[in-house]
Amino acid sequence: MMVIRALSPAILLALLVTGVFAPPAAAQNGPLRIEITEGVIEPLPFAAPDFVAENAAASEYARNISRVIASDLSGTGLFREIPASAHIGRVSSFDAPVSYPDWKAINAQALITGAVSASGDRIVVKFRLFDIFSGQQLGEGLQFAGTPQSWRRMAHKVADAVYSRITGEGGYFDSRVVFVSESGPKNQRLKRLAVMDYDGANIQFLTDSGSIVLAPRFSPSGDRVAYTSFESGVPSVVLLDVASVQRRPLLNNVQGMSVAPSFSPDGRTVVFSIAQSGNSDIYTMDIASGSSTRLTSAPSIETAPSFSPDGSQIVFESDRSGNQQIYVMSAGGGEPRRISNGAGRYGTPVWSPRGDLIAFTKQNQGRFHIGVMRTDGSEERLLTASFLDEGPTWAPNGRVIMFTRETAGEGGQPALYSVDISGRNLRRVETGGSASDPAWSPLLP
Amino acid sequence: MDKGTLYSGIGHIGLIAYVAIGGLFFRHENPEPVAVTEVSLLSSSEFEALLAASPTAPPPDPAQTEIATPAPVVTEPQDAPRLPTPDAPVTPVVTPAPRPAPAPEAAPDVAEIAAVPAPDLPPEPTPPAPVASLEPPINAPVTEDRPRPRPATRVAPQPSEAPAPDAAPDPTPTPAVTPEAAPEAEVVVEERPETAPEEAGTELATEANKPEPLAPSSSSRPRPRPARTETAVVADNPAPASAETEAPRDAIADAVAAAMAETSSAPAAAPEAPAGPPMTSGEKDALRFAVQQCWNVGSLSTDALRTTVVVAVSIAETGVPDAGSIRMIDFSGGTEGAARQAYEAARRAIIRCGATGFKLPPEKYEQWRNVEMVFNPENMRIK
Repeated sequence: MMVIRALSPAILLALLVTGVFAPPAAAQNGPLRIEITEGVIEPLPFAAPDFVAENAAASEYARNISRVIASDLSGTGLFREIPASAHIGRVSSFDAPVSYPDWKAINAQALITGAVSASGDRIVVKFRLFDIFSGQQLGEGLQFAGTPQSWRRMAHKVADAVYSRITGEGGYFDSRVVFVSESGPKNQRLKRLAVMDYDGANIQFLTDSGSIVLAPRFSPSGDRVAYTSFESGVPSVVLLDVASVQRRPLLNNVQGMSVAPSFSPDGRTVVFSIAQSGNSDIYTMDIASGSSTRLTSAPSIETAPSFSPDGSQIVFESDRSGNQQIYVMSAGGGEPRRISNGAGRYGTPVWSPRGDLIAFTKQNQGRFHIGVMRTDGSEERLLTASFLDEGPTWAPNGRVIMFTRETAGEGGQPALYSVDISGRNLRRVETGGSASDPAWSPLLP
Repeated sequence: MDKGTLYSGIGHIGLIAYVAIGGLFFRHENPEPVAVTEVSLLSSSEFEALLAASPTAPPPDPAQTEIATPAPVVTEPQDAPRLPTPDAPVTPVVTPAPRPAPAPEAAPDVAEIAAVPAPDLPPEPTPPAPVASLEPPINAPVTEDRPRPRPATRVAPQPSEAPAPDAAPDPTPTPAVTPEAAPEAEVVVEERPETAPEEAGTELATEANKPEPLAPSSSSRPRPRPARTETAVVADNPAPASAETEAPRDAIADAVAAAMAETSSAPAAAPEAPAGPPMTSGEKDALRFAVQQCWNVGSLSTDALRTTVVVAVSIAETGVPDAGSIRMIDFSGGTEGAARQAYEAARRAIIRCGATGFKLPPEKYEQWRNVEMVFNPENMRIK
């Protein structure tokens, strides 16, 4: 008995250490918690039945507007339209309650309903967006009013609103693209400036084909275009007013060639390069006063400058290291910092409207690529590869890039393509002919 | 030493050496184990009964002996989505003079963008109240009205007598009852119960006609054990210490008592802890896999793809999530707007894939009644 009493503290301690008295190890405190790290990447299915025509004059507009909306969304690669032939539910009235089960049955996750009314020189478009599986409206209904000629813009605005509500980022459908329309054989191309809707509709020419034009860029307000013109015999930067198609040279009495203009975010300054005696440097010019500032003075070729969205920095290409690379410097000049470090040559950098990425053209091992990288040069990703891809331009929301792709051979023709920054959804933009040097406008007001 | 002794010694030494180390060189091979397969014996009658019960193949149809030549599949062309054509087809034409300035496109009257009031929707039908958790009823065995003859192990040697015909009215009238003389006393014979004959029937008992057991073949699972409350009661109302335990108090005993109190009071501190056995990792993985199949991040913005959201949801016993209970309880890595978009995608995933009910163990309902799902798109980002 004495032995047991003497051993009992040791036994109890051993039991404690071995956890005999411990609570069950698998006991669960609080709600069950799981972590989901893998999902699927596929277009979101949506239904866009034809908008309801509230009077006879609006019937054609109603059908066309709904088709443009569906085309806008499907063209992003992020959405997939469920064809009308698969619809079970019918939308006969704009204010009729939505029968969610009918749309669930065809796996539509979003439903766009709308109505159009036309009276005289005015049409009104209104729409609603529904989240089918949540069984509720997504955001408020909106309506737009305008002239019958602007029905496509109103359709783009509806699509922008839908895109923004579902993805959480701004749209880019109600925007325009200025580009160089090309015709004729490869060794005798005729080029002129043209502007179109982002999807290739409503093409209008801004210049004739009497002289070569290159590298147009929209102003931040979208009302002016700066480009390089050979009209005077020497390449020089020209400013063009889009509404009146009036143009004037940016510089007067400049020795050398001025090329590759680009606007500052406030639209007051143009940055460009001037080539003299085989040397090319970066300059800025205040449009109002005409005063210019030289930003670089290296005995190398610096060109293709582009402002950062906040206007504090400029990215450009330079061969000061021996081959073509991308550099970033302060908007006021100073020592540039090289950010491209991969193999091959880098050029035509363009800062994303969101400020997080820089798009560029890369030539390596006989192939051209459109790529993006962080503003410090990290996380470089090549989005395309072909015989000749060059000249990227950003969509207003910084999600899509448009560029020029030219096919090989004697009969090779340039065309415009767009690609998502994920590298998916590469598609050709129909321009009705050969085209190059696209530049995206900001979202229209 | 004589030769006999020498030979005897050599022989014995050799024998001893063989016994000691002979096994190394002359290992006995164990015989291969014999595979034994249990078989069941059937009597000829049982075999015939089985044959009679087995389905017989239909006679071959001569019309189908020839293999038909497959016809080519005719696919109907699908209607391609019609893209809007440009309003005016553009043909690049060399023009000597610049074209007239394009008239600026009339912009929509943006100032007239207005919110459209929501329609008066009919109230959503109230979902039926959930059925209270009742014990699942145990199905009673189905019995026929008329009992079937029990098969016996032997057939009766004599046919059983035909049953008496049903009673029918006698066509002949019954004569009137007249008083008669009292009968003579009869000899009373002691009645002895007849010996019960050996059990016999009209049908031989075989595997084919083995009677179904009357007991239910399955029973409902026992309900999960309720939360332990004894320890809480003990913690709240400690029993008076006996004189024996109070007598010797030392530091070790105090430490043990403190540890016991700590472990025993832990469940009491969380009375709302789910009861029942915990979810296994396989069951959690099944739920995770079910949700991620519908988690579509293809339409998310790049900012939303950097945002991790934690979504809480209540799930009914049927496994169907309560859409009204889905809510975001936390997010990290992105802006509030990006978190809202990420949450919407997560909510769609839960509702879509839970529409038919998640496959969850019903006996552990208390474990998955409330679930927190962490949607981390790190692996889905654009890289």
